[in-house]
Amino acid sequence: MSWSLIFFLLVGAVSLAAALGVVTSRQPVHSALFLLTNFATLAVLYITLDAQFLAAAQVIVYAGGIVILILFVIMLIGGDTNDFSAAQRAWSRTVGIALGIILLLVISYSALSRMMGPSEESAALLRGGTPEAVGIELFTKYILPFELVALLLLVALIGALVLGRQQEGAGEGIPSVKANE
Amino acid sequence: MVETSYYLVLAAIIFTVGATGVLLRRNALIIFMCIEMMLNSVNLTLIALARQWGNLEGQIFVFMIMAVAAAEVAVGLAILIANVRHRQSINIDEINLLKW
Repeated sequence: MSWSLIFFLLVGAVSLAAALGVVTSRQPVHSALFLLTNFATLAVLYITLDAQFLAAAQVIVYAGGIVILILFVIMLIGGDTNDFSAAQRAWSRTVGIALGIILLLVISYSALSRMMGPSEESAALLRGGTPEAVGIELFTKYILPFELVALLLLVALIGALVLGRQQEGAGEGIPSVKANE
Repeated sequence: MVETSYYLVLAAIIFTVGATGVLLRRNALIIFMCIEMMLNSVNLTLIALARQWGNLEGQIFVFMIMAVAAAEVAVGLAILIANVRHRQSINIDEINLLKW
């Protein structure tokens, strides 16, 4: 067993444990921190996959932006909103887990056609996924999608502003979510 | 060098955990995080396959997905906050205005 495989198994195990933590935590704050762990381990895996620029972008966008945003929202609406696990419908848990197992079997079956690692020349084509390599692709061949993404982000910014705006005359701010029904 | 199929299986498992979380949990915030996790596992498959075929287009695609995820988070959380203002709840069983 090579070192790179051991490293992959370790990081993958941490990532998987964090993913399970997101789903099973009682408190949303704990879920958010597990999510942060999951994103960080995925960034490590990106580096092993010759995607250096995307590893950095993963840390900046997901860990630095999205998790912080989620934590802000938890702070705004109160973190003590524990699980409203469907007590009124006991079958939902069984059905959910069964559907999950079926999904896993199907995806694993399709992914198990053994793909070996890349050949030498295809690894050379990737040029390590450095910012230079990705940037040259992005700003020559994919310049139009890039501009469209900029437009999308602008629209999302305006949409979030409009949705999150305080209503006229409602000055009391956001009330904390009342405890579990 | 680790085989590509290992990465694909890991991504499949993380995706399944996220999908199961969406089915099991009732807290809208946690469902949101599970969706983010599923997006990330798909990113992992794209990057693994980009390495497999030696093609940078997979990585460009992941870049675009990251931008879309950021936009989705901004708008989704704004909707969540607007809903909390009106209904004082983030339990998705109570967010049922569009259900007939």
